[in-house]
Amino acid sequence: MFDRLSFPQPWLSLILFTTWQILSDGVSGGSVVLGLILAWLIPQMTHGFWPERPVFVKTWRMPTYILRVLKDIVVASFSVAWLILSPRRPRPAFISYPLKLEHPLAISILASTISLTPGTVSADISDDNKTLLIHALDTTSVQEVIDAIHNRYEKPLMEMFQ
Amino acid sequence: MMTIALNLTIAMVTLAALLNVYRLIKGPDEPDRVLAIDTLYINAIALIILLGITLGTRMYLESALLIAVMGFVSTVAMAKYLKRGSVIE
Amino acid sequence: MSPFAEYAISALLLFGGGFTLIGAIGLARLPDFYTRLHGPTKATTVGVGAIMLSSVIYFSAMGEDIDISEILITVFLLMTAPVSANMLAKAAMHIGVKTVESTEGNPWEQ
Repeated sequence: MFDRLSFPQPWLSLILFTTWQILSDGVSGGSVVLGLILAWLIPQMTHGFWPERPVFVKTWRMPTYILRVLKDIVVASFSVAWLILSPRRPRPAFISYPLKLEHPLAISILASTISLTPGTVSADISDDNKTLLIHALDTTSVQEVIDAIHNRYEKPLMEMFQ
Repeated sequence: MMTIALNLTIAMVTLAALLNVYRLIKGPDEPDRVLAIDTLYINAIALIILLGITLGTRMYLESALLIAVMGFVSTVAMAKYLKRGSVIE
Repeated sequence: MSPFAEYAISALLLFGGGFTLIGAIGLARLPDFYTRLHGPTKATTVGVGAIMLSSVIYFSAMGEDIDISEILITVFLLMTAPVSANMLAKAAMHIGVKTVESTEGNPWEQ
């Protein structure tokens, strides 16, 4: 009974509510009511698609991570722009990245980060969730790329999702 | 000065859209064409925002949002179709 | 409008337009599908993000109410670009798209 009235995904509900306030012109009584209805209805309807409740242990570390990724995205586009405009041919490589993360949400955050940052796109994940296939645009050393990703992105994520 | 920058930007984004059309026609594989359409709709969003600045109105933002949502869904649907042979299994 | 806002808007517009163009050049001239995937996911996303930001600054400087729908679109594009790149890479591996000869390593069998 009370399950029907609760918010099973509080973060999703919060994001939906905020998004609705941005979409409707200005905060008014009507938009707050409709926003609340959406924030309740959509998590209830999509309940079956969520494998489990995401376990954030250290949520306050997220803003630091997001800022770092945003900075890297801008740096990444400069290096990709340089590669695109330079006349020499790039040296692309497929890299199998050994994952140490276990939580599915953490893995998908890592994969998205990899796709947006310098010269790498995540292409696939193995069936046992242990290896990530990465395509690098221009690389001389495979080990260097693996170490860079591990130190820069995977470690902070491992601290967030224990 | 802003008008010059605005016109230059519109020219650059239009040129980018033309290059995407070149890739769309040339292929050579299906994923290349889907990627070209994916980039093309993002460029269309940029052009709509630039049109909004030129005309001094925010009305076109809603259409940019719609194109962003529909473009993403169609790219994923096409990729799924290429991989599985059907969109909804 | 203050000259500072005008400079900021012009710089952001040219930056955004330049990166959108570079992404498209990458799409047109890089040698194989997997390398072409890099241009649109990074350069074009950043370019459109900069154009959105200039639009936010422009309408704020014009004295309208602060409205951040552009930021919403940018965040949406930032979230969806890796997903569509990943789906397309999977589809390409399934079809068996050729890679350039200088590629190190191989895509997985699907």
